[in-house]
Amino acid sequence: MIKSQRFSFSRVMLVLGLLFLYLPMVVLIVYSFNASRLVSVWAGFSTHWYGELFRDQQILSAVWMSLKIAFYSASMAVCLGTLCAFVMTRFKRLRGRTLLSSMISAPLVMPEVITGLSLLLLFVEMAQTIGWPADRGMATIWIAHTTFCSAYVAVVVSARLREVDRSVEEAAMDLGCTPLKTFFVITLPVIAPALVSGWLLAFTLSLDDLVIASFVSGPGATTLPMVVFSSVRMGVSPKINALATLIILAVSLIAFIAWYLMRRSEEKRKRS
Amino acid sequence: MPQKLPPSPLMVRVRAVLFHRRVVFGIPFLWLLLFFLLPFALVLKISFSSAVMAIPPYQPVFTFVDNTVSVVVNLSNYLFLFSDSLYIAAYWGSVKIAFVSTLVCLLIGYPMAYAMARASARMQLVLLLLVMLPSWTSFLIRVYAWMGILGNQGLLNNLLMWLGVISEPLKMLNTNFAVVLGIAYAYLPFMVLPIYTNLVKLDVRLLEAASDLGCRSLTTFWTITLPLSKAGIIAGSMLVFIPAVGEFVIPELLGGPDTLMIGKVLWEEFFNNRDWPVASSLAIVMLALLLIPIVLFHRLQAREMEKDD
Repeated sequence: MIKSQRFSFSRVMLVLGLLFLYLPMVVLIVYSFNASRLVSVWAGFSTHWYGELFRDQQILSAVWMSLKIAFYSASMAVCLGTLCAFVMTRFKRLRGRTLLSSMISAPLVMPEVITGLSLLLLFVEMAQTIGWPADRGMATIWIAHTTFCSAYVAVVVSARLREVDRSVEEAAMDLGCTPLKTFFVITLPVIAPALVSGWLLAFTLSLDDLVIASFVSGPGATTLPMVVFSSVRMGVSPKINALATLIILAVSLIAFIAWYLMRRSEEKRKRS
Repeated sequence: MPQKLPPSPLMVRVRAVLFHRRVVFGIPFLWLLLFFLLPFALVLKISFSSAVMAIPPYQPVFTFVDNTVSVVVNLSNYLFLFSDSLYIAAYWGSVKIAFVSTLVCLLIGYPMAYAMARASARMQLVLLLLVMLPSWTSFLIRVYAWMGILGNQGLLNNLLMWLGVISEPLKMLNTNFAVVLGIAYAYLPFMVLPIYTNLVKLDVRLLEAASDLGCRSLTTFWTITLPLSKAGIIAGSMLVFIPAVGEFVIPELLGGPDTLMIGKVLWEEFFNNRDWPVASSLAIVMLALLLIPIVLFHRLQAREMEKDD
């Protein structure tokens, strides 16, 4: 084994890098308990801004809207992303496969302004030709979020699918199981942790998106990032610090659950 | 009378498999065709249109008169983009800022990934969570956190003044420095994770052989580790560079009046000037600019997804 020194350059960088990632968030959380309206001056501990936050009807309704959209988008994205992952890992020779794989991996890097603009133009054109969607809002944001979240789900699920032992599936099919039944009885339980983490990832991505939602939304639907953004543009405010703290805690919890599920299934696999 | 034979069990199975394949392939294919590919065609179409005061605010490109289709292709948007120095400066500014940020991410991210890959198996899981967690947490809020830190009355200036390093606040917020810092901060996990995935698969025996043969550790790194982690470096760099070129939130919140980035210009053309055709042609030129990095990324991604372990 290569000896690794206790204080090597890379280890120091790792610690510094993690500090760089976490310190700004810690500062944000600490200052959300600041009594002062001025963000830079510490005036004692207070939960005043949290109370203020829970009285803000605009923010509360935006939270509800965002949660609904994220739930529906994540659910649909898991279905589409899993199908894509199946095509990617199982159907090696199929016409159109290359096109599908380009379309599913492109949203991972596509600048959001382009995705948002292109989907808006589609919805406008659709409204003119087939009369739907007459109003842009929840449904259009749902479609947009589903599309880009599917890409992330496909990555997570295909990583898991590649590790599934296919001989069990083949045995089930040889014994007369239909492909559909094989999927639900054999494959699904094995990839379930990946589906849950994919769902959670899609949920947080949808909850977080500002740019795409701003393009495809209409006057009726305001999501949480849109409210936060319009307030943040005016500068730093302690109420937004309080909101940010709650979001960081909630999302960290979701991410931790996803990580834990993946880890446990990995350990189970290694043991067997 | 020729009797119709019942299909053989094998045929039934083959047919069932083919049918399921078609459904499994067809649903996501149609969805992405409609909601991913078709929209780009529309962006291209509308980039040839011109803005009018109407709903929707652009002139139709195809018109049907007496059963004939007439196409009006208008290149004026593109000519406009290339004649106005503002747009060229914005494209150049975006590429420059994205490039510098990618470099910063790589310089911080590579050693981090290296140390992670060398840690014990139990520690790796924890480190993986620690690096992944910020990328899940709200992007907008993580950028916003820097506003409170970098401002003239912000934490960093107060700290530096208290330490006596500076006597009056440094202007850090609303500069290109803040934008680069913000992008590097927001995208760092996307650089670390692909490089880590790559380094962790590195065959340790190669390194042992090199050291047995008297290779110094730095030479081993340059001649073995670095070349073998090329795929991870490229994937990570693309994951940072491509979205950074079109970034809107970070230049809007951390940048200043002299920060020219194309994502911000596109947003303003669309939302403030309501000039959809110009916004569309801006998007098309941006895509053309990013085509090579996107194809490069896609190739790596496809190889990664199709690989059999």
